[in-house]
Amino acid sequence: MDFLTALQVLDSTVRLSTPLLLACLAGLFSERSGIFDIGLEGKMLAAAFFSAAVAFTSGSVWMGLLAGTAASIALSAIHGFASITFRGNQLISGVAINFLAAGTTVVVAQSWFAQGGRTPSLPPEGRFQTITLPFAEALRDVPIAGPIYHELISGHSILVYVGLLAVPLTWWVLFRTRFGLRLRAVGEAPEAVDTAGISVVGLRYAAVAIAGVLCGIAGAYLATGLQAGFVKDMTAGRGFIALAALIFSKWRPWHALGACLLFGFLQAIALRYQNIDLGAFTVPVQVMDAAPYILTVVILAGFVGRAIPPRAGGEPYVKER
Amino acid sequence: MTDTAPAIELRGISKAFGPVQANKDISLAVQPGTIHGIIGENGAGKSTLMSILYGFYKADAGEVFIRGKKTEIPDSQAAIAAGIGMVFQHFKLVPNFTVLENVILGVEEGGLLKPSLAKARRALTDLAREYELNVDPDAVVETLSVGHQQRVEILKALYRQADILILDEPTGVLTPAEADHLFRILAGLKREGKTIVLITHKLREIMEITDTVSVMRQGEMTATVPTSETSPEHLAELMVGRKVLLRVDKTPARPAQTVLEIEKLRVTDQHGVERLKGIDLAVRAGEIVGIAGVAGNGQSELLEVLGGTREATGRVRINGEEMALTGRHADGRTRRGQGIAHVPEDRQRAGLVMPFAAWENAVFGYHRDPAYNRGVLMDNEAIRRDADNKIDRFDIRPANCRLSARSFSGGNQQKIVLAREIDRNPDLLLVGQPTRGVDIGAIEFIHQEIVRLRDAGKAILLVSVELDEIFSLADRIVVMFDGRVMGERDPAQTDERELGLLMAGIEGEPDKPEWQAIDEQWERVEAEEEAARHG
Amino acid sequence: MDRMPAWADAVLVPLISLLLAAILSALVILAIGESPVEAFRLMVEGALMRSAGWGYTLYYATNFIFTGLAVAVAFHARLFNIGGEGQAMLGALGVALVCLYIPWPHWSLALLAASASAALFGALWALIPAYLQATRGSHIVITTIMFNFIAAALLNYLLVNVMKPAGMMEPATATFPQAVHLPTFQDMFSTAATPLFRGSPANVTFFVALLACLFVWALIWRTRLGYEIRAQGHSETAARYAGIRPVRIVVIAMLISGALAGLMGINSTMGEAERLILNSTEGAGFIGIAVALMGRNHPLGVLLAAILFGFLYQGGAELALWTNIPRELIVVIQALVILFTGALDNMVRMPLERAFLAARRRRTRRAEPAE
Repeated sequence: MDFLTALQVLDSTVRLSTPLLLACLAGLFSERSGIFDIGLEGKMLAAAFFSAAVAFTSGSVWMGLLAGTAASIALSAIHGFASITFRGNQLISGVAINFLAAGTTVVVAQSWFAQGGRTPSLPPEGRFQTITLPFAEALRDVPIAGPIYHELISGHSILVYVGLLAVPLTWWVLFRTRFGLRLRAVGEAPEAVDTAGISVVGLRYAAVAIAGVLCGIAGAYLATGLQAGFVKDMTAGRGFIALAALIFSKWRPWHALGACLLFGFLQAIALRYQNIDLGAFTVPVQVMDAAPYILTVVILAGFVGRAIPPRAGGEPYVKER
Repeated sequence: MTDTAPAIELRGISKAFGPVQANKDISLAVQPGTIHGIIGENGAGKSTLMSILYGFYKADAGEVFIRGKKTEIPDSQAAIAAGIGMVFQHFKLVPNFTVLENVILGVEEGGLLKPSLAKARRALTDLAREYELNVDPDAVVETLSVGHQQRVEILKALYRQADILILDEPTGVLTPAEADHLFRILAGLKREGKTIVLITHKLREIMEITDTVSVMRQGEMTATVPTSETSPEHLAELMVGRKVLLRVDKTPARPAQTVLEIEKLRVTDQHGVERLKGIDLAVRAGEIVGIAGVAGNGQSELLEVLGGTREATGRVRINGEEMALTGRHADGRTRRGQGIAHVPEDRQRAGLVMPFAAWENAVFGYHRDPAYNRGVLMDNEAIRRDADNKIDRFDIRPANCRLSARSFSGGNQQKIVLAREIDRNPDLLLVGQPTRGVDIGAIEFIHQEIVRLRDAGKAILLVSVELDEIFSLADRIVVMFDGRVMGERDPAQTDERELGLLMAGIEGEPDKPEWQAIDEQWERVEAEEEAARHG
Repeated sequence: MDRMPAWADAVLVPLISLLLAAILSALVILAIGESPVEAFRLMVEGALMRSAGWGYTLYYATNFIFTGLAVAVAFHARLFNIGGEGQAMLGALGVALVCLYIPWPHWSLALLAASASAALFGALWALIPAYLQATRGSHIVITTIMFNFIAAALLNYLLVNVMKPAGMMEPATATFPQAVHLPTFQDMFSTAATPLFRGSPANVTFFVALLACLFVWALIWRTRLGYEIRAQGHSETAARYAGIRPVRIVVIAMLISGALAGLMGINSTMGEAERLILNSTEGAGFIGIAVALMGRNHPLGVLLAAILFGFLYQGGAELALWTNIPRELIVVIQALVILFTGALDNMVRMPLERAFLAARRRRTRRAEPAE
């Protein structure tokens, strides 16, 4: 593999990692507060559809982003309603949200656009355009560093940079602010938070809402950044890969970045090379497809260090008998 | 007016949990600058009442006045604002946070943590000096001993400027000497003008430290009297509603052959901490051996090993036969086959399956017995007949074997477990906390059944954190501390003080103040655990 | 004390949940400019008014009985098996291997062998998540989700690279030989004078599904194993105390669950397509979750809920045919059923419990003599 090809694969890795990263951080906020979220997939899907639909009708990608985020937050609200207010099973609620999004997006898409459950292809103003960072053109011909800066670092849509900035921001919020302290506390010992005079419900809703916003951006990026429009089931399991990355990273922001880049890299490889010929034998593309899932099972099995989720995760907070 | 107003006044407080009425029309006044005891049996509604005062539960009816002013306490925030602090029986700490982080949680200064942490660090130093409340501010809470965790809870309340402090059963997890240290802290707080409410079911503590005492029974407040004008006997009567037999009638034991022999028993938990550090113990037929100790010193692990729910190393023989301590034969099924019956410490989590009907619970653990089966199917008719017999003999109420276990009171649940285990006529009975959460009437019955089994020539190993229970049942007392046997005593020739020191790991007379000796012991244990976790 | 009579818990709660789901679905249909009444009429007509409609309804129901029972058995051990989809895919693979590579003299023998193979493959696919949950505490919800994706990749690989006959474009196996063709309801119930179930895929597997219901009922409520599964489901600590080995129960419950999901393969692959295709499960593994929740994990409830969902599926297909409402409407309804009977259970239950409590208080007050 020559230098330029490698750069292209890495470039594609960054693009493909972005939705994973945003969704993974969404899950991180939610699960750190003690609310398991297997509905990342559904929230992204709903956001993808509504962002594309509104971007198409309004002609503004920003309106699209807003609509997609709103749709994702609405699903977060349902999740919060079921698992915080009514102390329901968080996993079942997540499953329901995934199906709700899978069904609703197609039903509404068919009703609005009558194109078999997709949106029309988005015009340029309905999409996030790539940004050329300062000096990218000028530095282009500098050996090694030039192409890296021009190809890999510059030339992504703004949401890619949002995703990357979200990592240090998440770390800072979680470990340096009052909100972060309370958020981590409520995921470990909600009764301690309650008796300290802080609302468990309020904190958890806040966390779930943040997850909604991040999933919204992730979904909008899929439909208006990575691709030009919505197609049925376009998230294609990314929400679950993000979940896998979350476990892989053991609920830590910087590790989440690493895990998402790794899984994005696998996707980029699978996209570029169908079957990889290693001389003696061929690695079929399906192995690449399955790799994130297999890796997650290996991690969960504890062969590569144990993943211990927040202590109160998955358990509704019930103080009365 | 405000000078003489009670620090706390409750009027007509009622609270129901579903069909259970936990508090009925309760009124109470606590004078400022006093220590006020609230005593009552388990389930009398003491904790519920105080949790309402702290805003943890919401009352269905009633009013709260703080320093003469009517105060709404919809949540703990309001309670803290009103100057109320509470130390719950089960601590409300974030286990993987440091002491400092736990202290500032909820009272941070501004949005960033740094200034809050610095301020709390200074404040803790002052508080530690003032009230003998030493604890490392950077220690992670889950690595601290229970005694130290309790100090963190008190520090939390003081850091929030509480001048009313409620403590719910604070000594349940402490040695008598640690409890004495706690009481000295409380006395110091009282001198500073703080008001303290102490919830307990131990008469000794009430007599020792309180100024006034209120008695609760079955959700109602039955009396409030100055402590100096009452006696333990009188209080016990008020608690129970009739005269209580504090000792069990029993004849001297006539021990026969050895049933259980334990040699060098060791247990290491999943964190790598050694919980049993080489136990040697024997129990003979026809005697009750009582294990005394503060909760968490290896007694539970010992019962679990013998009951077959925990693996261990060492040697254990039952009726001379070697017992498997690891592998698939180290399980409850094999143990039952060897003649061991087990009344576990936590009947609601281990001894019973709460949603199961009483008849299903009546064979739990013995459900493979051919008498209850026909081929691969279970013989439900036979099981129900059997359950009805047990209900009859143990006077379990309500006498309906189709009700789920959770429909029975604590005492009747315990009788279901006891009936099941005693009915098998075991050679060895393991009993953990037989009367925890059990009403007094049932306590007498349960104690008599245990003694009756002893008199039938069976071996009994009793674990209890209630020294009173150990004294009234045991023929020999073995004290455990930090996974070791500290010593053995004849109940007729020892007293609470001697046992208390043993329970704190101190043999003979300490050369320094008791509490200091105990503190040093605990610090040693903590350091060892810390090393084991990281080692 | 129990707060609510058992019948209300078993019947009233799911019915109210279903009603709520139906109301919301009607609103969705209204919102996209169609008439809910007309849609319902079309669904009933297409799914229930003709024997062919029933043939489809019961065909789908057969799938959902298997996957619903699979989820229910796991639930009894407090395991949430989201892996029904993957286990059913593997079950279908097991069916295909038996049907393609062994010459069978008669369909009945083939059915027995294919059932065994489907159950075995489904069970094996559940084994790794089960074993990891039991021995290493790996969360079974996550691992079974992952195994669904791995199963999809595996099947994709096998169909594209291994099992596809040369020269065929579509990733699918060859058609099974005629000898393993299962009798359909049309074969079984039509007479020369009155053709019934014409062209519909319902087949003899439906009766296998009914047997499976009976088997699960006996297993859970009449056998020692069922007793132990339920005990473990309610409290692992208690199970351990009673000498029940949690590892054994978790693994066995998941093997049974996986086997039941795998059995779905005989209906979809041997009974209908008569060859193995990609996505032979069509999401039935997930519908099993809705069916088990709605059927309160009881085989009778699962049977009824499966028929209801069979009706929805067939009715939904009719809708897509005659109106502008796509089939995905059924996915919305399925989501709502899962939401209300599963996650929002308390929303329905708490007011009901309060009502029953109030009624009981009134009764006892009346029963007490006035003083």
